[in-house]
Amino acid sequence: MKTLKQAKIGETARVVKLHGEGALKRRIMDMGITKGVDVYIRKVAPLGDPVEVTVRGYELSIRKTEAESIEVQ
Amino acid sequence: MGKEIKIALAGNPNSGKTTLFNALTGSNQYVGNWPGVTVEKKEGKLKKHDDVIVEDLPGIYSLSPYTLEEVVSRNYLVTERPDAVLNIVDGTNLERNLYLTTQLTELGIPVVIAINMMDIVRKNGDQIHIQELSRELGCKVVEISALKGTGVQEAAEAAVAAAKSAKTIPMHTFSGPVEHAIAHIEEAELNGVPPEQQRWYAIKIFERDEKVLAQLNIPKQTLDHIELDIKAAEQELDDDAESIITNERYVYIATLMKGCYKKKNAGKMSPSDKIDKVVTNRWLALPIFAGIMFLVYYISVTTLGTVVTDWTNDTLFGEWIQPGVSGFLTNIGAAEWVNSLVVDGIIGGLAAPIGFAPQMAIVFLFLSILEDCGYMARVAFIMDRVFRKFGLSGKSFIPFLISSGCGVPGIMASRTIENEKDRRMTMMTTTFIPCGAKLPVIALIAGFLMGGAWWMAPMMYFSGIIVVILSCIILKKMKIFAGDPAPFVMELPQYHFPSIKGVLLHVWERVWAFLKKAGTILFLCCAAMWFLGSFGIQDGVFGLVDTESSFLAVIGGGIAWIFKPLGFGTWQAVASSLSGFVAKEGIVSTMGVLSGLGEVEEYAVSMHDQFAAFFPTSIAAVSFLLFNMFDSPCLAAISTMSREMGSRKFFWFAILFQNLLAYAVSLMVYQIGGLILGEIAFSAATAAAFLVLAAVLYLLLRRDPNKHPERLPERQAAYTR
Repeated sequence: MKTLKQAKIGETARVVKLHGEGALKRRIMDMGITKGVDVYIRKVAPLGDPVEVTVRGYELSIRKTEAESIEVQ
Repeated sequence: MGKEIKIALAGNPNSGKTTLFNALTGSNQYVGNWPGVTVEKKEGKLKKHDDVIVEDLPGIYSLSPYTLEEVVSRNYLVTERPDAVLNIVDGTNLERNLYLTTQLTELGIPVVIAINMMDIVRKNGDQIHIQELSRELGCKVVEISALKGTGVQEAAEAAVAAAKSAKTIPMHTFSGPVEHAIAHIEEAELNGVPPEQQRWYAIKIFERDEKVLAQLNIPKQTLDHIELDIKAAEQELDDDAESIITNERYVYIATLMKGCYKKKNAGKMSPSDKIDKVVTNRWLALPIFAGIMFLVYYISVTTLGTVVTDWTNDTLFGEWIQPGVSGFLTNIGAAEWVNSLVVDGIIGGLAAPIGFAPQMAIVFLFLSILEDCGYMARVAFIMDRVFRKFGLSGKSFIPFLISSGCGVPGIMASRTIENEKDRRMTMMTTTFIPCGAKLPVIALIAGFLMGGAWWMAPMMYFSGIIVVILSCIILKKMKIFAGDPAPFVMELPQYHFPSIKGVLLHVWERVWAFLKKAGTILFLCCAAMWFLGSFGIQDGVFGLVDTESSFLAVIGGGIAWIFKPLGFGTWQAVASSLSGFVAKEGIVSTMGVLSGLGEVEEYAVSMHDQFAAFFPTSIAAVSFLLFNMFDSPCLAAISTMSREMGSRKFFWFAILFQNLLAYAVSLMVYQIGGLILGEIAFSAATAAAFLVLAAVLYLLLRRDPNKHPERLPERQAAYTR
C-alpha cells in the first residue's frame, strides 16, 4: 500500500482511500482530500515535516503522520 | 420599525470574512465571546439599516461536530435560526469554499452567496458563471470585493431581501442508497421537526453525528431501524456514512465547477506562489523566518516598544501626572494618606494597565500584519516540527518570543493559536521565559554571587526554555490537557497585502479588550498591593508606615517558614518576592529598601554585606532567583491570563502549577545542589527534594496514560469490515 507520506516532491498522487477515523479523517476530507482527488506534493518544510500539498487548487499543510493515513496510487 | 432581522455571516477562514464584516457594519460593532467558550463573537448593525443585525460566525470549513468553532456556528444556525445566511466565498478558491455552501443550503435558512476577491479572479482572467452557479445552488449569488468595497452593499441588500421572502432549497442530491436512507430517516423520526429543517437533521442522523443524536434523543427502537438503512448504504458504497456524505459533496462540487468556472492559465505560477517559493524554501525559510522574527522582536520589544512603555510609565505618569496631582493635593492641604491613595493607589493602579497599552498596540500591529498577509500560517508550517514534540503549536513560537520582552503581550499573542489546548498550554508556560522586568533581578543576583558574570542572563533564558519544554511534556500527559492531538491539516492561504483599515481595527479591538477586561482586574490588584505595601501597624497605631512595618512585611514574615526549605526563609526575601507580584522589577527596589540601602537600581560591591543578610549561602541566592523566575508572573500578566484563559478552572490550575513548579525547582536546586557543594547538611527537606525529583522524573517519563495505541487498529478493522 502506498501512502501520501511516501510520495515524492513534485509528484501528483491520486487518493484511493482514507484510513483512520473520527475527527482527523473528517478534517482531512473536509479540507478536500477525498477519494479520487489528485494531490500534488509541493514541498517539505525546512525541518522535514510537515509537507505542503496542492489539492483542489489551494495549498494545504499536512503532517507526515497524517499523510500516512491517506492511501494513494 | 418592524421586526429585527438577523443575518449570519458565514464562510471559510481566509475568505475575507472579517473585511466584509467591517465593510458591512463600519464601527458599529460589538465584540464578545460565545457563551462558555473562548471563541470570539462579533455582531454589528448593518450600515443604513437600523433593524438589521449582522452576526459574524467564526471562520469554518465545514459544519462537522469536531471543532469548537464549527459547533458554535452550528448551534447558532440551528437553534437561533437567523433570518438569512450571507455566505462569503473566496472566488480564487471556489472548489473548497463551496463545500461549506452545500452544507449551509441544507439548513432551511435563505442563503445568499457573496463571491469575494472577484477583482483578483478577473485579473487572473478566470471566469465564474454567476447565473449558472445561482441556478445550480438554488440561491442568489453576488460578486464582491470586500477589500475594495465593491458589491458589498448589494450583497447585504440581497441578504435582507432573502430574509424577507426567499427560501433556499438545496438543489444537490446524494446517490441513490444515501437518498433512500435519508428518506427513511425523515419518515421514521423527523415528524416533529419543521419541514425546512428535516433534511439537515436527516443528513446528520445519517452521518451518526453525536451532537445531533444526543440532542434529538431518538428512541432505541427507531435508532436500530435507521441503523439498518445506514448500514445498507455503507455496504453498497463501501465507506462509512460520514465519509460517503463528504465525498459526494465534493463530487457534486466538481461537476458544478465544470459548468460554472473557467480557469485561464492552469498550472501557471501566481505571484503568491512565487513569494512562497522563496519564503518557505528549504534553505531560505529558516533565515527569512529568523530575520522577520528578529525584526518583530527588535521593534516591539527592544527599541520602539521600550521607548513608548518607558515614556508612558516614567514620563507621562512618573514625571507629569503623579507629581502634578501630588503637588496639587499638597497645596490644597490634603492629608498624607489621601495623597498616597490618589497618587500611588488610584493613579498608580491606572498607570499599570495603560503603561502596557502602547507596547501591546505595537505587538498586535505586527501580529495582525503577519496574520493578514498570510505569513502566520507559514510560521506554524516552519516551526511545527519543533513545537509539536512538546504538545504545542508552531504558532507558539511568537508568544514565547514576545514574552522574553514582556509576558503580557506575550500571553495576548497566544490568541493566534486556534487550538484551545495548545493556546492554554502556551499561556501557562510562556511566562517562564524571563521577561525584561526580571533582568534587574538576574543582574542583582549575578552581581552578588559572581561579580556580575555576563553569562548569568543567557543561562536564565536557557533554563527558562528548558522549564517550558519539561512543563509541556508533563502537562501534555495530564488529564486536563488530554484528548486527541489536534490535527494539523492547515490551509496555507495566498499571500496578499494586508488591509490597513482591518489591521488598525484589529489592533484597537485587542488593546481595548485588554484595557477593559485585564485592566480592571489589574487596577484592583494594584490598589490592593499598594494598601498592603504602604499601610501597617507601627507602634500600635494603624496608618501609613515604612515598608518594614507594612502588612506586606508582616505577611512575608508570617509565611517565611514555607520558604525555609528553599534557603531564603527570611521575611525580607519573602516580602521582596511578594512585591514581585506587582511587578518583577519591584523585587530589586524592595530588597534595597528592606536591606536599609534605600533606592537600589543595580548591584554594587559595597552592598554585599547587606544582601548577605538575605541569603546565608550562595546556593540560597540561586534558589531565590529561580523561584522568582518561575513562580506565577506579575499581576498584569496574571490578570491577562485570567481573561485569556476563559475558564476559572484552567486559570487556577495555571497559577497552582506555576507556583508549585517554582517551588519544586528551587527546592531541588537548593537542597540537592547545596548538598553537593557542601553548603548544607542532609535533612528532612533534602529527602523531600529527592522525592520531588523522583516525582518529576516519573511525570516526565511515564507513558501517556491518555493514549491507547492498541485500540486504534481494532476500530479501524471495524470500519474496513
